[in-house]
Amino acid sequence: MSAARRLAARVLVALVTLVALALVATPAFAHKPSDSYLTLAVTGARVDGRWDIALRDLNNVMALDKDGNGVITWGEVRARQAEISEIALGHLTVKSDGATCPAHVGDMQVASHSDGAYAVLHFTADCALTPSVLGVDYELFFDVDPQHHGIVRIDDGAGTRTAIFTPRERAQAFPRTTLGKGNQLWSAIKLGVHHIFAGIDHLLFLIALLLPSVLVRRPGGGWEPVPRLRPALKDVLKIVTAFTVAHSITLSLSALEVLRLPSRFVESGIAASVVIAAVNNVWPILEEDRWTAAFALGLLHGFGFSATLMDLGLPRQNLVLTLFGFNVGVEIGQMCVVAVFLPLAFFARKTAAYRRAGLVGGSVIIAAIASVWLVERAFAVKIF
Amino acid sequence: MKRSFAVFGATGALIVLGAIFFRPAASAEVPRTPHDDAEILEHLATGASDPRENERARLGTILAAQPRDLRTAVALAHLDIEISRARSDPRYLSYAQAALAPWWEQADAPPEVLILRATIRQSVHGFDAALVDLDRVVAVAPYEPQGWVTRSVVLAVRGRYEEARASCAPLARLSSPLVFTVCETSIDGVTGSAGPAYARLAAMLEPGNGRAVRLTPGEIEWATSTLGEIALRSGHDGDAEQKFKASLAIDPEDAYVLAAYADLLLDLDRPKEAAKLVEGRTDNDGLLLRLALAENKTRGPLAAAHAELLATRFDASHLRGDTVHRREEARFRLGLQHDAAAALTLARANWDVQREPWDVRILLESALAASDPAAAKPALSFLDEHHLEDPRILAVAAQLKKGEK
Repeated sequence: MSAARRLAARVLVALVTLVALALVATPAFAHKPSDSYLTLAVTGARVDGRWDIALRDLNNVMALDKDGNGVITWGEVRARQAEISEIALGHLTVKSDGATCPAHVGDMQVASHSDGAYAVLHFTADCALTPSVLGVDYELFFDVDPQHHGIVRIDDGAGTRTAIFTPRERAQAFPRTTLGKGNQLWSAIKLGVHHIFAGIDHLLFLIALLLPSVLVRRPGGGWEPVPRLRPALKDVLKIVTAFTVAHSITLSLSALEVLRLPSRFVESGIAASVVIAAVNNVWPILEEDRWTAAFALGLLHGFGFSATLMDLGLPRQNLVLTLFGFNVGVEIGQMCVVAVFLPLAFFARKTAAYRRAGLVGGSVIIAAIASVWLVERAFAVKIF
Repeated sequence: MKRSFAVFGATGALIVLGAIFFRPAASAEVPRTPHDDAEILEHLATGASDPRENERARLGTILAAQPRDLRTAVALAHLDIEISRARSDPRYLSYAQAALAPWWEQADAPPEVLILRATIRQSVHGFDAALVDLDRVVAVAPYEPQGWVTRSVVLAVRGRYEEARASCAPLARLSSPLVFTVCETSIDGVTGSAGPAYARLAAMLEPGNGRAVRLTPGEIEWATSTLGEIALRSGHDGDAEQKFKASLAIDPEDAYVLAAYADLLLDLDRPKEAAKLVEGRTDNDGLLLRLALAENKTRGPLAAAHAELLATRFDASHLRGDTVHRREEARFRLGLQHDAAAALTLARANWDVQREPWDVRILLESALAASDPAAAKPALSFLDEHHLEDPRILAVAAQLKKGEK
């Protein structure tokens, strides 16, 4: 922008209102205009909404800053929660195949976005039928702020889409995502693989169990290297498969809503399982067959996988197919870990370094990390 | 033996690092419930004590009863545009648009509406639409100086300098000598006559030059900052700095002048002063860009945080489908993320829309950094055609030409 462009605005105001002091109109890349962020998660006939609306925008239509002191406090927002919900939901209609889904207001919270504080409105819209076409009519602020955009993200269980609502695009319809079975299986497998590498706790658990697999316990205590690859490979396969079978069982039970455990308990349990697996390498607590330990603790990890699966909005259509794919993906991910780990470990098994730094040192480090998680998760505190 | 030790040592270290750093980032966008009613969530630019807010409310009430009251609508739109500038808040431009709603879609809206509509449209880079409006204004209301001025400005942004200069001519009769002079000299400043343009505009500001018109502080501030910019074009950095300082002494909040002065300080390798100049103005994305660039050089403690904040601002703009910040985003990608290819893509797209000196410069700099001199061709021939004298821009152009040979 040039000085001349500022001139345009300055002179404009000067001539019409005779206020020579009026400055530039162009905001010189000051900020983006107003947006709201609406997320709609469709599960069957139920639509869960989260709507983030800028406090500054609300202030413009309802003078939130009641005492006029230039700041908006939580008290000022909370006191007018009902009014805010009314304004917001009065300008939004969610429809299932043309029929309006009545919305019910839930809690109000706050969140920060790049340009300030937003009120977060939680609501649920109950449709009569599972929508094959989800309709959204968005009217918020358009009458007072024509550059306002509604940025809407729709998650219908099979995929997510983003749409922008503007005064020219106030009503939009979203046919339900239908994934081919092949695609669905593939995306579940990818998610399973990803989860193994993203979920460091599962990875550490696996490594803790695998560390001793190239060694055997001496009868009098201590370790000695396995003579050949074959027994080590057998040991590893047993452990990994036991882990997979165990977590597949609990994952399926939990995803099918047969059995549910509180997440804090599950997450703490997983951390504890990593501690146990690691400590066991230094001071044997569990008996010789580590695959039984892998199985028992794997049951716990399955509950953890299930929480991820739900959080990530994995396709909920054809749940069995999804579960199968996810488990296959987890197994593939684990095999990748084994494929890297086993040759290295086998190569180094005869060295003292492996026994000391690798087995003992590694186990101690893993146990230490997992202990921190255990405390964090069990007592809901943040250490790091 | 030693090798395997190293292998396991490295693996162990990786595991530890992974465990410490590989945790989901606690995003600010995660909703939370405050515990204290007194917790301050948002600072507004001003309280209800601002007299402009009272005036807005008064005009808004009248307009609510009679939305087609042209006088009131135009007055409110003016006020909103003024507030938008003062607070760096584009929301008020949109409120101005709302005030003009009854006429917004009319091709033959009254001239005063067309002028305001063009002003709002050009602010979101709707330059062509703005020019359609302005051409109509000068056709139906040629006696209205505002139409000519705004039209000249938009034409200049597009790099159509001859037409822009022609659009200044009627101002000699229709407006004050100062307006006419700034209009012409700001074109001269970027078309090979920066020296004479500086002298001519500076003479306007000489005290006791016998001019009948008394200048207001606002007019002096604006003419002074324009002088600063013209000085930049002819490579007189000292004059430019002095003029920017004088301008800021009148209005220390002027984001436009702050940005231009911060850019100069960055060019003079005085990043500490640049950072100090714009610190605390993270509300304005343009000034946040200068702050992050300066702190990147001084290795300030908040450098990374500010660059990150800027990145989230760009992300938010992309999410809403905006493309108006390409020039600034190109500078961000080039200067802070060292991604020459991304910067060049942005600078090229920006070039299709804007042709101001910084648009020339960022295209040249990105092309140079990306070792793609061919991409700079349009900017190089633009320089040849219009004789922009800015020595920093010419230096980059010379490097590009050297690289080509």
